[in-house]
Amino acid sequence: MLRTEEMLLNVGPQHPSTHGVFRIVLKIDGEIIKEAKPVIGYLHRGTEKLAENLQYTQIIPYTDRMDYVAAMTNNYVLCHAVETMMGLEIPERAEYLRVIAMELNRVASHLVWWGTYLLDIGATSPFLYAFRDREMILNLLNELSGGRMTFNYMRVGGVKWDAPDGWIDKVREFLPYMKEQLEGYHELVTGNEIFLNRVKGVGVITQEEALQYSLSGSNLRSTGIKWDLRKDEPYSIYDRFDFDVPVQTTGDCWARYQVRLAEIAESLKILEQAVEQFPKDGAILAKVPKIIKAPVGETYVRIESPRGEIGCYISSDGKKEPYRLKFRRPSFYNLQILPKLLVGENISNLIVILGATDIILGEVDG
Amino acid sequence: MMADLLNSSPSLVNFGIFFLLVTLFLFVVLGYVTYVILAERKVLGFMQLRIGPNQLGGKWGLLQTAADVLKLLLKEDIIPKLADKPLYIMAPAIAFAPSFMVIAVIPFTDNFYFADIGVGLLYYIAISGITVLGMVTAGWASNNKYALLGAMRGAAQMISYEIPLVMSAVGVILLSGSLNLTDIVNAQQNGWFMILQPIGFILFFISAVAELNRIPFDLPESESELVSGYHVDYSGFRFAFFMLTEYTYMFAMSALIVVLFLGGWLPLPFLGFIPGAVWFALKFSVVTFVLIWMRATFPRVRPDQLMEFAWKILLPIALANIFLTAIIKEIINLF
Repeated sequence: MLRTEEMLLNVGPQHPSTHGVFRIVLKIDGEIIKEAKPVIGYLHRGTEKLAENLQYTQIIPYTDRMDYVAAMTNNYVLCHAVETMMGLEIPERAEYLRVIAMELNRVASHLVWWGTYLLDIGATSPFLYAFRDREMILNLLNELSGGRMTFNYMRVGGVKWDAPDGWIDKVREFLPYMKEQLEGYHELVTGNEIFLNRVKGVGVITQEEALQYSLSGSNLRSTGIKWDLRKDEPYSIYDRFDFDVPVQTTGDCWARYQVRLAEIAESLKILEQAVEQFPKDGAILAKVPKIIKAPVGETYVRIESPRGEIGCYISSDGKKEPYRLKFRRPSFYNLQILPKLLVGENISNLIVILGATDIILGEVDG
Repeated sequence: MMADLLNSSPSLVNFGIFFLLVTLFLFVVLGYVTYVILAERKVLGFMQLRIGPNQLGGKWGLLQTAADVLKLLLKEDIIPKLADKPLYIMAPAIAFAPSFMVIAVIPFTDNFYFADIGVGLLYYIAISGITVLGMVTAGWASNNKYALLGAMRGAAQMISYEIPLVMSAVGVILLSGSLNLTDIVNAQQNGWFMILQPIGFILFFISAVAELNRIPFDLPESESELVSGYHVDYSGFRFAFFMLTEYTYMFAMSALIVVLFLGGWLPLPFLGFIPGAVWFALKFSVVTFVLIWMRATFPRVRPDQLMEFAWKILLPIALANIFLTAIIKEIINLF
């Protein structure tokens, strides 16, 4: 007598497409997923606990290691939180440097996503094209901060280093090049029939679900909710720039793909304006005391990282170190919906859906 | 030359000559495999802004594959503890043997072939179907879930694509009136079947890529989903055998496409002074290049889409093509 049975398949933590050390235990019937149980924590380093014994400036390098693909926004959210508590006024030039660094980093981060996503789907070439262009951004950020991925660039009250001579011109030259490349990406991949068949209608998230699961970033915008903190709660100097918030309504992986590529274009738009408005001179660091002490109290700030809404909560008792520090890490929240999306899909779609969520394990595990 | 040898009465000398030629040809195939792997890496590198192998054997990396094979041969032979040992050892051989057997029927020039079988095309397709047994055996014997999934995908894919593969070649058989590959080439004197059978050619090419398990149809070993599919637990020379199988099939399939659709050794008009072997090699290289090119361009399809594509799109078109070809042939015969 023939009989079939469900099989447990352990995907990860060592698996080429789980983007790091993510593990998911699947219950499969043939190739159809019946149940999915994510297991996280392989990269947990206890950033928040460590921060309780560190001075504010010392915490910054730890934030680099959370979302290591977009470290600039992590730097910024911590500095922004401390600055908000201290009520610091940030010099113009520092604000522009921060925005340029963050937006360059956002483009780099989306390029990593684009390349690895297509690699997951089986196309090898886009990965190398994306990394070529990302390399140029990393070189720019390297000149600025001395680091390629973990920049440790921002400080409470400003930035650590001023832009070297001619750096702004290099950014200005890079922007049209990147625009041209972006068109090339669309030509190479966006219209590909096989790719469309793989992503259209796969992993659909409805608006209600997106809100219930507290999704943010491109995952939220792909469902048709126009929510971008750069626009809706402008921080830094984002209110000075003219840009759109790309939205799609279908909520599938295809929508997320379109939103992210459109975001690259929007970031380039912001960069163009920022480079034009960039002040000729000025301080890069506000007048901050040697030893930074946040006043007694608590605060929560949130900004838009490439992966979504990254927040930083600080509770201070007036010492050099925070009493308690908590990061709202967008990858962690975005990942929660995965088990729900996977039920009834086959294993090939697991890779497509997981990839489209755009998680960074350093951020998920904190 | 070969015709005389095959028709001569069996004797020790004749057998010796034949055996020597076969052995020589084996080295040609192995040489092809060695350098097609290098070519693939170089072409992919060129298309992907990389350099490819450039250390061993000069800047073209001419000895890279040889070194890789040597490394695989010298590697410790590991058999997983829970594997089904006899099957695990047998599987690479089952997969590998047919890949060389199919080459026997392919006519490289009008007098260089190893077997002149009346049903050459059928022989090719029947023998190449055995390889899937090796794949399934490997997937089952390694006692690994990823391998099992890969093997199941492989089995489903090979069986599904064998049918459109045969059906799309039926048009060629109708036009040439023979299953013998030499006759099929000779029937293309007045026009390659690529031109006379355009639909058949496209269908055959797609099915051939699926048969070869290459991108966009490389589901049995899709490295981003199933790590590397049915041979995930194999290492060392057993793994080398699977790789060798894959590339030997690439040789055989490229040759078959040249024979069926690109006129084999027949020259282009007015260029008859160039020998047939050169023409064959040229066409053959073009087909191989296209196969490599596809790998750099396409993403992978999903298993269920793959099945749908075979049964709902390729097969009906292939059947319609047969019908159309038969009607046109009858109409032409009337006049």
